Amino acid sequence: MARNGIFHVAGGALAVVAGLLATSSPRARAEEGPRVIVITAKRFEFSPKEITLKKGETVRLQLKSEDVTHGFFLRPLGIDTDIPAGQTAEVTVTPQEVGRYRAICDHFCGAGHGGMKMTIVVEEATGSAGGK
Amino acid sequence: MKRDLDRRGFLKIAGASMGVGALYTAWPGLGSAEGGEVARRLGLSNGEKPTPFTFAQLSDAHVGFDGPIGTSALEKAVENINGMPQTPDLVLFTGDLTHDTEKPGEHAARMNLFKDISGRLKVAKVYHVPGEHDAGLDGGELFRNVFGPTYYSFDHRGVHFVALDNVSRARPEVGTEQRAWLAKDLARFPKTAPLVVFTHRPLFDLRPDWEWFTSDGDEVMNLLAPYENVTVLYGHIHREDHHAIGHSQHYAARSLSFAFPDPDKVEEKKPIPFDKDQPFKNLGLRVVSQTPGRAAGVDSVTVKEVELAMNEYSGTEGFNQLLKPATF
Repeated sequence: MARNGIFHVAGGALAVVAGLLATSSPRARAEEGPRVIVITAKRFEFSPKEITLKKGETVRLQLKSEDVTHGFFLRPLGIDTDIPAGQTAEVTVTPQEVGRYRAICDHFCGAGHGGMKMTIVVEEATGSAGGK
Repeated sequence: MKRDLDRRGFLKIAGASMGVGALYTAWPGLGSAEGGEVARRLGLSNGEKPTPFTFAQLSDAHVGFDGPIGTSALEKAVENINGMPQTPDLVLFTGDLTHDTEKPGEHAARMNLFKDISGRLKVAKVYHVPGEHDAGLDGGELFRNVFGPTYYSFDHRGVHFVALDNVSRARPEVGTEQRAWLAKDLARFPKTAPLVVFTHRPLFDLRPDWEWFTSDGDEVMNLLAPYENVTVLYGHIHREDHHAIGHSQHYAARSLSFAFPDPDKVEEKKPIPFDKDQPFKNLGLRVVSQTPGRAAGVDSVTVKEVELAMNEYSGTEGFNQLLKPATF
């Protein structure tokens, strides 16, 4: 269920798309749309554990659950969505503030739920971008 | 450490020689004719005269949690309450009665063990709200089977108590249905009515990236904002905390399992390491009570946090929302 921001359910091997976009030129990227980063969620971790975004850059986060329903919550970036069990949710963000942020699962998913988190780093627009 | 707070109004928080939790004493209708009228109306609603009373808050027992103290803090809390010179009218449990497990039958066994231990309380009424570890995986079904509804309200001697559920929807929220119920529940009360809301998670952004928040907490507080005497008691954060929003005062209780550190001082949410020499350190019980003030309309208020390990009071903030004079 959508809670905030853009959301839709979309399957598919999006990691490949993200990899291609990460190596494309800025002009090509603009023509192809926002960069896509795939994040998988399974009890009780996100993968990757850290991604880096550019301030002012619009990015599509593809959030893929590999087991139960999870949440993806990061108030400073306005992210608050569920990731339905076994499905993929999408959130589009355009961070405006440089910083190091912690995203958490906010849909209770079991005994290790309290430690399910990842880091989103937002850098100034200069320099390279991409997931780590 | 003990702080004595001079506050005007209605509820006094005072210490008793307890080992665990929080104890409160209310003195409804104190201080003004209007306040007396509010208390009279509330008393009429349930046939009880508004008279001083005491209640206790316990939280986060996490029965079944694989920790070094097991259920001993919960048992100690029960013993302490039963040993009090003045038996509280009520005990409020603010969630995480149990620690969740997906082993078939085990969660129910933990809930029943909690019920067995808390059933030793020699108090007239015990109320519960669930925590996410009680109700996050099954939508509150087990909790409802054992304790009944996850949200409800009742009147007691001139005070209106509201139990709110911000865990059963799996995420930290109260939800539209319950908020509509709350609005209807509150509608019959004058703005000066003394209200005690008890829930599991904080209803404000205490530390969102530690999941110390309720996503629609602002909407809940907007419903409560017109009321002048609102106390919110909660658990979840396993440590003392006091926060004011408008007329409302929000207090977190210590846990009966393990403690979390000060979120302003550390980045990672990890339990404070267990100290085998002080097994109950940082765990505790808030003791709150009220007696009539010596001067008209003025009560002295004391709040005393009891640390299990020390069996003495450590400092905390006090309630004051119920201590305001009625101001129709």
